[in-house]
This record gives sequence, C-alpha cells and structure tokens, in this order.
Amino acid sequence: MKITTIDRRWIFLFILIGVGLPLMLPLGFKLEVTPNVQTVYNLIESTPENKVVLLSFDYDPASKPELHPMAFGIIKHAIDRKQKVACLALWPMGSQMVDDVYQNLKKEMPDIEYGRNFINLGYKAGGIVTIQAMGKNLKNVFPSDANGTPITNYSILNSIHTLKDFAWICSFSAGTPGLKEWIMVAKDKYNIPVTGGTTAVSTPGFLPYLNDQNQLTGLLGGLKNAAEYEFLIQRKGTATAGMDAQSVAHIIIIAFIVLGNVAFFVSKKRKKD
Amino acid sequence: MIQFWTMLGLWLGALSTLAIWSFLYKDNPFYKIAEQIFVGVSAAYWLIYTIYNILIPNLFSKILTDPLANWIYFIPGILGIMMLLRIIPKFEKLSFYPLSLLIGTTAGISLLRFLKSDVLSQTTATMLNPFSSGNLAVIIGQFIIIIGTITGLVYFYFSKKHKGFIGYNARLGIIFLMISFGASFGYTVMARISLLIGRLQFLLGDCLNLIK
Repeated sequence: MKITTIDRRWIFLFILIGVGLPLMLPLGFKLEVTPNVQTVYNLIESTPENKVVLLSFDYDPASKPELHPMAFGIIKHAIDRKQKVACLALWPMGSQMVDDVYQNLKKEMPDIEYGRNFINLGYKAGGIVTIQAMGKNLKNVFPSDANGTPITNYSILNSIHTLKDFAWICSFSAGTPGLKEWIMVAKDKYNIPVTGGTTAVSTPGFLPYLNDQNQLTGLLGGLKNAAEYEFLIQRKGTATAGMDAQSVAHIIIIAFIVLGNVAFFVSKKRKKD
Repeated sequence: MIQFWTMLGLWLGALSTLAIWSFLYKDNPFYKIAEQIFVGVSAAYWLIYTIYNILIPNLFSKILTDPLANWIYFIPGILGIMMLLRIIPKFEKLSFYPLSLLIGTTAGISLLRFLKSDVLSQTTATMLNPFSSGNLAVIIGQFIIIIGTITGLVYFYFSKKHKGFIGYNARLGIIFLMISFGASFGYTVMARISLLIGRLQFLLGDCLNLIK
C-alpha cells in the first residue's frame, strides 16, 4: 500500500498547513477548563489583597511559546486581585523573560508601579541551594533587584524576610532547576503552597505531585492549559489563538497514525494470503 | 533608526527560522549556516553572560571592593580556579578536589530532599482510602492509582520469576506503564506543535501581519 511508503515530507507539509491556516482563519473550537487549571485560578482568587506572591521564571526563549502566556496570565490575574508580585529566575535567561512580561503587562495595565506592585529580582545561580538559602534569609540572597538597585529602596518586599512570608509560589518551569526544586524545598520543607506551569513535555512527570499531600496546588501543563487560564481570566492571548491550530494538528496526526496502522495490518494480511 | 534595527531583527529571525526548517526537506547549506551561527552565537552569549551576570556580581566585585570583609569568597574563587586546572595535564588532579566537594554536597542535599518529596510524600499519597469520596469517578480513579502503583512495582521486581500470580500482576503493570508512555508521547506531540505554533505566530503575525 502506498500509505506505508509515503514520503514523510508530505506529513510535514500537512502539519504546516494544518497549523498555519487556523492561525490566520480561527475556527473557534470550544475550550473546557480542567480541574488542575481551576485549582490554580482558585488559589489566586482566594489569596487576600496586598499579599506578596513569588513567581520563578525557570525557562528561556526555547520554551517561550508555551510558558510565556501562562506567566502573563497568572501575573495579570494576581495584580488584578491586588496582590504584589515578586519575580526571580533560576535560569539565566529567565530574567529577560520577566522583563518581557512586565513590558507587555505595562501596556495593558499602565497603573502598575515597579517596586510597589511588581519587582524583578533577577537571576541567581545555584538552583535548589539558592531556594534553601531564601528559606533562611531572602535579602541575603537577593540584596538588589535585576537592575542592581537595593531591594530596601522598594516598598514591595518590606514585609518579606524569608520564603515563608510569601502567600504562594509559582514556578514556570522548562527543566532543572525548576518546579521540582520548588516543591522539594518551598512545599515539602517550608509548607508554602506551590503551583506551577510546565512545558507539555514535562507535565506527566509532575502529575504525581498533584496528590492528597498537596505537593502541588494545581498545575498548568502546556499551551492547552495556558489557553484555559486565559479563558478563566477572560483575556484572549496567544495561547487561545493557538488552540485551533493545536487541535487541527492533533487531528492530522491522529489521522496519519490510524491510516498508518490500518495500512500496516492490511499489507500484513495480504502478505500472509 | 530604532525601527531599522527592529526590522533587521525580525527578518534575521524569520530567515533563520526558514533556514532551520529547510532541513525538513533535505540537508542543505542554508541549514548548515544557520546551525553554525546558532552554535557560535550561543557559546559566545553564555560566556559573556556568565562573566557579567555570575562571576562579576557574585565574586569579582565582592573581592575587589572589600577583600577583608569578603575573605570567604576567596574559597569558592580558588576552588573555581582549581576546577579549571584540568585543562593543564600536569595539574589535572587538583580539579578532583572541588569536583568531589561539589558531588558530595549535591548528593547530600539531594538525598534528603528526594527522600522526603519523592519517596515519603509519594508513598503516603498512594496510601489512600479509595472510598473516601462519594463520587464514583473519584473512587475508580483512586483504585486505578493503587492498582497501577502496586502492579507497576511488581513489574520491576526481578527476584522472582514472572509466572503465575506475579506474572499476571507484572503483565497488568506493563499495561499501566504503556498507557503512561502513551500519555507522555501525547504530551510531547502537543509540546512540539506548540513550538511550531510559536514560530508561525512570529512569521505570520510579527513579520507578515497576517494574523489579526
């Protein structure tokens, strides 16, 4: 059968068209919110005003399409709920990702004031050791923000001395160090609610932490969950725009898998006969 | 002028993306050039980033501004130099000391944290009462967790031949493992398509303004 010997470049072309067309001509597929995403949303909704929250940007531009929409959505939601957002990075390029989110946020929310509602503490090497040190004294680990200004110059961290003073922690994680280190130290050692957003590749590895021990309080896994979060905060961003394309691409891949398997079994049967 | 540099950046990004994608058709000089540029630029970027964002603020500035108050920073500084000595064959052995310190510390920290998070908490989370919820779907889900964990562990129990009762459990365990591999593969496909979407949003949206 011809399908078993199809040139793989045809599959690439189908996928390219299948992803490209829905981006230009949206189809409007329906989106349903999954419980893990709802849990993240509820965590932010239930956090009182003026509480300081910590977000760790543990990714670089390679994972930007998946993690950036989540980061934007969660920060926007937290600031809408009048929470104060402190960001840091365990990955070197994470600090630039924070700046990019802040610049875009500033366009939608011109009232945000750096140092009062939002701060970028910058990148710190060390992974799990850095997190452990923050559990003892935050200002020793981050004496200044990403621009080199002492953090004592800003009011946002006045009430924060250690990790335990944050209402919750969220890691946008593309690998190590990342969400796993935050669970190990912030949740399992200091008992601070930890939530996160991960690339779809690493999501299955984090699902066991969504257990009755509450090692994770909700999880956003991949672009699909990012789009669900955008739906919850009623803001159509790049994740929502990409969902039609994602669905069409999945249909094409499923079709090729089914076709390939049918062709394989038919040709096997023919050979037997 | 700023607009010129923005446009140049956009077009460089677009052409690099297309050059890398051209490999999907077949290997070609455009792909090779883009690949070599990527490797070279990444290496240079990381070197400069490490010097300016890690070494200077965390070590050099502290030692140079107030060496007496910051004397403790000489220790990691010297250990770092010892680590680099492995490029000189005569002093190669000196690099083993910082390396052993690094491995020992990392193992010590990881052992405690992994034991708590991945062994104790995960085991406790599996020891659940399947009937704790009145919801039938949750009860079934909790049974699947318990059976999946036990049979999965039986599959990796190699001290007894996989025959009879153990054999049936091991076979059930491999079914659970296969389902989890399938789910992981599904997530991987989703991730790769997401990256393609990101690139196409850049090409069709930022560069060509075809996405509204």
